[in-house]
Amino acid sequence: MSGSDPAQTYRQEAADLLEQLEQALLDLEHAPDDADLINTAFRALHTIKGSGAMFGFDAVAAFTHHVETAFDRVRKGEAAATPSLIAVVLAAKDQIRLLIDQPDSADEADAAALLNQLQAALAAPERAAAAPNSMVAWRLRFRLPRDAMAMGTNPLLLLDELRALGPCTVVADPSAIPPLQALDPTACHVAWEVTLLTAEPRSAIEQVFLFVLDEMQLDLEQITAEPSAPKPPPAPDRTEPARKPAHAEPASADTGSIRVPAARLDDLMDQVGELVIAQSRLKQIAGATSDAQVKTISEEIERLALELRDTTMGARLVPIGQLFGRFRRLVHDLSKELGKEVTLTLAGEETELDKTLIERLSDPLIHMIRNAVDHGIATPDQRAAAGKPRQGRVGLTARHLGHEVLISVTDDGNGLDRARIQQRAEEQGMLAPGTRLPDAELFRLIMEPGFSTAREVTSVSGRGVGMDVVRRAIEALRGSVDIASRPGEGSEFTLHLPLTLAIIDGLLVRVGAGRYVIPLSAIEECVELSAEDDTRSRGHTFLNIRGSLVPFLRLREVFASGTDPDTYQKVVIVSAGDQRVGLVVDQVIGDHQTVIKSLSKLHADVGAFSGATILGDGTVALILEVAHLVEHGQHRDESLPQAAE
Amino acid sequence: MKKTILSVDDSASILQMVKLTLGGGGYDVVQASNGAEGLARARAGGIDMVLTDLNMPVMNGIAMIRELRKLPQCTGVPIIFLTTESAANMKQEAKAAGATGWITKPFQQDQLLGVVRKVLGA
Repeated sequence: MSGSDPAQTYRQEAADLLEQLEQALLDLEHAPDDADLINTAFRALHTIKGSGAMFGFDAVAAFTHHVETAFDRVRKGEAAATPSLIAVVLAAKDQIRLLIDQPDSADEADAAALLNQLQAALAAPERAAAAPNSMVAWRLRFRLPRDAMAMGTNPLLLLDELRALGPCTVVADPSAIPPLQALDPTACHVAWEVTLLTAEPRSAIEQVFLFVLDEMQLDLEQITAEPSAPKPPPAPDRTEPARKPAHAEPASADTGSIRVPAARLDDLMDQVGELVIAQSRLKQIAGATSDAQVKTISEEIERLALELRDTTMGARLVPIGQLFGRFRRLVHDLSKELGKEVTLTLAGEETELDKTLIERLSDPLIHMIRNAVDHGIATPDQRAAAGKPRQGRVGLTARHLGHEVLISVTDDGNGLDRARIQQRAEEQGMLAPGTRLPDAELFRLIMEPGFSTAREVTSVSGRGVGMDVVRRAIEALRGSVDIASRPGEGSEFTLHLPLTLAIIDGLLVRVGAGRYVIPLSAIEECVELSAEDDTRSRGHTFLNIRGSLVPFLRLREVFASGTDPDTYQKVVIVSAGDQRVGLVVDQVIGDHQTVIKSLSKLHADVGAFSGATILGDGTVALILEVAHLVEHGQHRDESLPQAAE
Repeated sequence: MKKTILSVDDSASILQMVKLTLGGGGYDVVQASNGAEGLARARAGGIDMVLTDLNMPVMNGIAMIRELRKLPQCTGVPIIFLTTESAANMKQEAKAAGATGWITKPFQQDQLLGVVRKVLGA
C-alpha cells in the first residue's frame, strides 16, 4: 500500500464503506430499530467524512458531515430511521459517490436539495412512521349482552365502527340462535368473530364497545406482532455487508424488479392452477353445508385464489415492445436488401401479454413483416409513379380488446390482388370457377395450405409466402388472423390472440356421460334443440338459426356416446374466423374457468381436443378444439349439397 | 329520513346547545325539561333516540329511563345520558335502568355528535 496514491486508497476505502452504508440502510428499512445497523451506517459516514478531509476531498467531507449529523440523531434515538429518511440517505450516498468519483460533475444545487430533504425527513418522523407496514392484525371474538339490542345498542353500527378502523372480515356465529318458537326477537343471540387489520391501538378497538364493554364478552388478541418489535435474525444482517464489499456497483434504479427463471413462473402458474381447482372443490363442499364459518372461509379462499391467479398471470405478462424492437432491424435490413424505402412505425408497445405467447409470436410476425416489405410495398419509383410518397410505411400495433390482444401489421402498399387470388384459388381447386366471395373470405384463402408455396407464384399473387404457416401458428395459440385490404391503399393483417395460454374461460357441457369444455371466446350463442326439431333435422346437418343455415355436429355421434339423447338438447353455436358450426350437446352446465392441462404425447394427434382440465369434483373434462370442429362441420356442409344434387 | 332525538334537560342552555349541535348534524330535536315531560313526549312515539340529563326536578333521569324501557315503542331505542366523571355510581345505576351509553360532561359539540352517530349511525 505504501507506494500507491493515498487518494486512490481512499477512493477504494470509501467505495467499500458506501457499499456497507447502502446495505445497512436497506436492512434498516426492515428493522428500523436495529442499533447495530444504525451504528454501521453511522460509522461508515463518519469514516468517509474523516478520511475525506485528510486526503483533500473537502467537498465530500463537508457534504457527508451533514448526513452524519442527521444520522447521529437517529443513533441517539432523537429521530427514527423512517423509510423517507432512509430514502434520502440512500440518495445522499449516491451523491457522496459522485463527489468522490466525478467531483466536477457534482451539482451544488443537488447537494443542497438533498440536505433540505434530509431535514424534512428528520422533521416529519411520525407521518412516515404511520406507513402501511404499521398495520397490526387483531382477532376479536365478542358476544353482546342478551338485552343489548333492546337497550338501544345496534350491533351493525358496532361492526361499521370496526370497519372504519381498517379492513376486516366479520364472521357471525349463529350457533346460539334458538329455534323459532323459542326465539326472543329482541334479544341478541349472535356472536361475532372479527379479524381486523388496523394501525390503531387496542384502546381504539375497545372504544368501539365503550358502552357495552362492562357487560359483554370480548376476547381481543393481537395475531401479528407489532411492526417494529421483531428483528430479522441479526447474523445474516451483519455478514451481508461484509461479504461483498469489493464490487461496489452503482446503485441501480431497477431494484424494484428481479429476474426469475421462466420455468419457475410456469411451475407457479401450474400450482396456482391446481389451487384454483382445489378451491372449486372446496366451494362445492361449502355449497352443500350450512356451516356459515366454512362458507365464509371458502369465499375467502376463493377470493384469494382468484387474486393469486391474476397476480401470477400478471407476473407472466411482458410488454410486447421487446418483441417489436427486434423488427426495426428486420425492416431496416430487408428494405436495404430489396432496394425499398420503408419505415416501421410501432404503437402499443406497452401492451402486455403472456411471455409464452410473445415467444411464439416472433416467427409469424417476422413472416408477416417480411411479406409486407417484400410484396406489399413497391419500389420507390413505382410508388412515386402511383402518386405515393417514395417511402413506404409498415405499421406494427398492439392493443387490448376485451380478453383479446390484437396485433396488426399494416402497410400502405398495393393491397392484395383480388383477381390474382381468385385465379390462383380456382387453379388450385379451392374455389369453384366463377364463385364470388366477400373480400375477407377470399383473402383468407391465401392462408390455405398449398395456396402458394413457390416464390414466383407469390410474386404474381402479390402476397402469401407461407401464410398457411402463420395461420397454423396463430391458431395453435388459440388465435385467428383477419385480413383487410384495399387495392392501391394497403393491407392490414390482424392477429387476434388470447391474453394467456394457461387459463381459459369455458362453457362446461355434457354429452352423454362425458363432460367437455368449450372455450367461451368461440361461443356465439346457445339455442335449444327440441325433440321435434331433432327428429325433423335427422338426415340434415343444418339448423335454421333465425333464417340463416348453420351446419351442425351431433357431438354424441362424433364422440360415439352410447346413451339416449336428453329430451331437450342444446345447440352451442361456435365460430372460428367467420365460419359457424352448431355443436349439439345434451346439457349446458355453466361457465367454468379452466386451467389447461396439455394432453399426453399419445393423444397429441387427437384434433378434436386441445387439452384437458380437472373439474371441481376431481373428474377430467376434455377441452374442445373449436377450429377443428368447425372445419369438420364445414366439410360435412360442403359434402352435403353435392349429395343432394 | 331525518331521525328524531328527544333531548331532556332542566338547563335551557344545555337544551339549546344540544339542539344547535344535533340540528346542525342533520337530526330533528324535540325537547323536554324534566323526566315526566320527556316520558310523555316519548309515549307519543316517533323518537329514534333519547338524550337525557340525570339530575332533574319532577322526575329524575334514572326514573325516566326505567319507565321508558317499559314502553314498547322505546324497545331498542338508544338512550344516552349526561354524566360527570365523579358520578361513577350514577353511571352504573343508569345503565342498570336501561341506558345505552353516556356522555361525560363537559363535552365538546363534536364529541356529542360522535356519540350520537355511534349509537344511531350517520
